[in-house]
Amino acid sequence: MRTVEESGRSVEEAVAQALRKLAASESEVNIEILEEGSRGLLGILGGRPARVRVTLKDSPAEKARQFLESVVASLGIEATVSAVAGDDGIQVNVEGEDVGPLIGRRGHSLDAWQYLTALVANKGSHESVRVFLDVAGYRERRAATLERLARRTAARVKARRRSVALEPMPAAERRVIHLALQDDPDVVTGSEGREPYRRVVVSPRGRESSIKDAKEEKE
Amino acid sequence: MIQDLLDVVAKALVNNPAAVEVNKVERDSSVVLELKVAPEDMGKVIGKQGRIARAIRTVIRAAAAKDSRRVMVEIVEHS
Repeated sequence: MRTVEESGRSVEEAVAQALRKLAASESEVNIEILEEGSRGLLGILGGRPARVRVTLKDSPAEKARQFLESVVASLGIEATVSAVAGDDGIQVNVEGEDVGPLIGRRGHSLDAWQYLTALVANKGSHESVRVFLDVAGYRERRAATLERLARRTAARVKARRRSVALEPMPAAERRVIHLALQDDPDVVTGSEGREPYRRVVVSPRGRESSIKDAKEEKE
Repeated sequence: MIQDLLDVVAKALVNNPAAVEVNKVERDSSVVLELKVAPEDMGKVIGKQGRIARAIRTVIRAAAAKDSRRVMVEIVEHS
């Protein structure tokens, strides 16, 4: 965290000076007024300058990294945390041994950590940045497995001309299945059931009855 | 430790971290973690429709999976 103290004829002037030094905009800093300053007689005699302390706020990526580092520390896990801000959000990666508790069953804990990390990263800011969290490459490996499962299931659906319901999965994993099969001309996908038991149903195109039922049930 | 983990998570979410308190109540078959936060921070640990509280319970339960006892998180307002 970088801090500068500046003085000027007014608080505004001192802040402007500090922002130039930090090369930051007002939304990226915390401002502390140390001295309001006074003009003095006729604006010349006995005037005191205004003094401010201006501190760069942590970026959302930095807040996300610090949060997960303290999480990892309190779990007693040996792991390193990296956070990189990109165009569509912050990618946070945790790499280390014994990171299973951060992933949990079917990645439920991982999704919850991702949600909590996003809250922490966006705390105190008006905009909200998306946070993508992966632990020991789980999401990547899982996505590859889910894509294989999607293709295998689609083949079964085509062969039997019947809908197949998959195991319940968290929303992020269901999305992988939907995306994997969205361009398949012979099948359609939908979801049915309530969280956390919501599951993907793959049906032959033109015979989506079971999905329609699922949708009606939800409404 | 599980208690420290809840403390870290709660303090990161609230506006008044100094008011965060975690007490552990051990019973035969379960452990209750009592989380106390300032009244104005209740929303920060519960969330709309309890979404934040649910996420907290999910991560705490997964972290305590090694322990055979059930771990429960109770959220209490500081009086």
